[in-house]
Amino acid sequence: MKPVLLIDFGSTYTKVTAVDLEGERLLGTADSYTTVQTDVGEGLENALHKLEETTGHLEYEARYACSSAAGGLRMITSGLVPELTAEAARQASLGAGAKVLKVYSFQLTEDDVEEILSINPDIFLLVGGTDGGNSECILHNAKMLASAQFDFPVVLAGNRSAARECARILSGHEVHICENVMPRFGVLNTEPTRLKIREIFLSRIIQAKGLSKAASLIQGILMPTPSAVMKAMQLLAEGCEGETGIGDLIAVDVGGATTDVYSMSDGMPTAANTVYKGLPEPYAKRTVEGDIGMRYSIHGIVDAAGIKRVSALSGLDEKRCEELIDMLAKHTDVVPEPGTELERLDYALASLAIETAVSRHAGSMEETYTLMGLTYVQTGKDLRSVQQVIVTGGCLIHTARTKEIASHALYSMATPMSLRPTRAEIRVDRHYILAAMGLLSEYYPQIALRIMKKELENDGYSE
Amino acid sequence: MKKKVLVIGVIGADVHAVGNKILYHAFTEAGFEVVNLGVMVSQEEYIAAAIEANADAIVISSLYGQGELDCRGMREKCDEAGLKGIPLLVGGNIVIGKQKFEDVEKRFKEMGFDRAFPPNTAPETTIAALKELLHMEDEEA
Repeated sequence: MKPVLLIDFGSTYTKVTAVDLEGERLLGTADSYTTVQTDVGEGLENALHKLEETTGHLEYEARYACSSAAGGLRMITSGLVPELTAEAARQASLGAGAKVLKVYSFQLTEDDVEEILSINPDIFLLVGGTDGGNSECILHNAKMLASAQFDFPVVLAGNRSAARECARILSGHEVHICENVMPRFGVLNTEPTRLKIREIFLSRIIQAKGLSKAASLIQGILMPTPSAVMKAMQLLAEGCEGETGIGDLIAVDVGGATTDVYSMSDGMPTAANTVYKGLPEPYAKRTVEGDIGMRYSIHGIVDAAGIKRVSALSGLDEKRCEELIDMLAKHTDVVPEPGTELERLDYALASLAIETAVSRHAGSMEETYTLMGLTYVQTGKDLRSVQQVIVTGGCLIHTARTKEIASHALYSMATPMSLRPTRAEIRVDRHYILAAMGLLSEYYPQIALRIMKKELENDGYSE
Repeated sequence: MKKKVLVIGVIGADVHAVGNKILYHAFTEAGFEVVNLGVMVSQEEYIAAAIEANADAIVISSLYGQGELDCRGMREKCDEAGLKGIPLLVGGNIVIGKQKFEDVEKRFKEMGFDRAFPPNTAPETTIAALKELLHMEDEEA
């Protein structure tokens, strides 16, 4: 046996996963409260102790970790036009596993700078203008930032003609120059920025977050947790040498505070009478719904979907739904018992969380009548032909109705213009191994992929 | 010398793609940097692209007769977006029916367009107009 330990320092839980490289299997998983305030090592020790109760004592060959502790990787971005470079900057940050706290467009004002200072992000991403295009805005914004006192690093990924001058304006601060996130109109180039963000995360953020003590116990903290999940999903979709992937997919992680959606698919129009509008989206796309979560953001689900639908899906009357929702928002650690009102309510909320988050992630279609006949205008990704949906999160794991809940990620006749998968195989990540497999794939992609294929339980097809 | 940047596209619910591609090649060949938005372009899209690319002119095509409606308010929006004075050119079958082109041209100029071109205008004519508007002869000389 060749055991490897994979650690996820979360903001509330530290999760540990043990795998055997030789047997290519999962040995066990466990979790414990994260204690960043005192010492993350303590939470890790507790989790390891729990893990050993099931696996017995193990001599690990290696230990790798990812982290979303202490608020995760907090970023602010600023671009020029909201739908263009500002959006490209947002996509790049999300793809790097960051939590995007604010996206500015056009010129930063004094009030904006004050707000930026009060948020004090881990990294600021400054972009704007295509290469050779507008440089006025990014130069102005660099000057606005330079007028303030701050010590977060700034990543410059805008018009390359202005890059050096921006760096000069910001001299005295930590500045990293990257390729433009949108070098030409409508062309996304987020990879260099994503890699740079990760590099900064490794060299600087980990220390700042008080994780370096834990880092000395392990081979290293490799990436932010969402970035690990993204890596795992890309591997699962594409495969690697010696092992095939399962093809285009969507993954949804419904958490207590946020819902993350990942899609691995090009999603460009396939029909000749369809015109694509807006910025093309990356093949590997991540979105985070900060207002959609099962406990801390429970009211966001109701705001998005409406209490009527919560009531209809749960079979409880509206007043009772509201009472229970208020209760759950206060008591965030409640796990419903089978056969109770709360279980029915959680079913409804989880279904609507998935429906809302995937609808926002997926593209949409609009019908337009032109003199040439009916034409479709597509914005965002067309995910209708995606055949795999992976789901995770407490509300999907601790229930017998996983497939029913997950089917809300799919195409619905009620909203025919939302381009969600028409028919898909549903797989459940029952042991929360996605981030761990992303970490493992850094060194052993084939083994990580085989374990995922084994562990992501098929819950049948849904239409 | 830095290339002049043009933003081009077919405005409104208009899917005529062929002329757009010809113009793209003709302008590129003539030494312009061209941002081609393709068909079914809204006023906002031209403006957003022109801002990011720091465009020198916007060239609008309309082939289906609704050009006058589609172009209305374009100049005001450009002003609003900080593209004050950017040359706006329009051409194609920009209105329906048999109208005297002088009248059509006058109406488009009143709407803030610098040039309006009748049907069957050769790309060379537009290129010459662009060079004039962007004072490119002076630089070449």
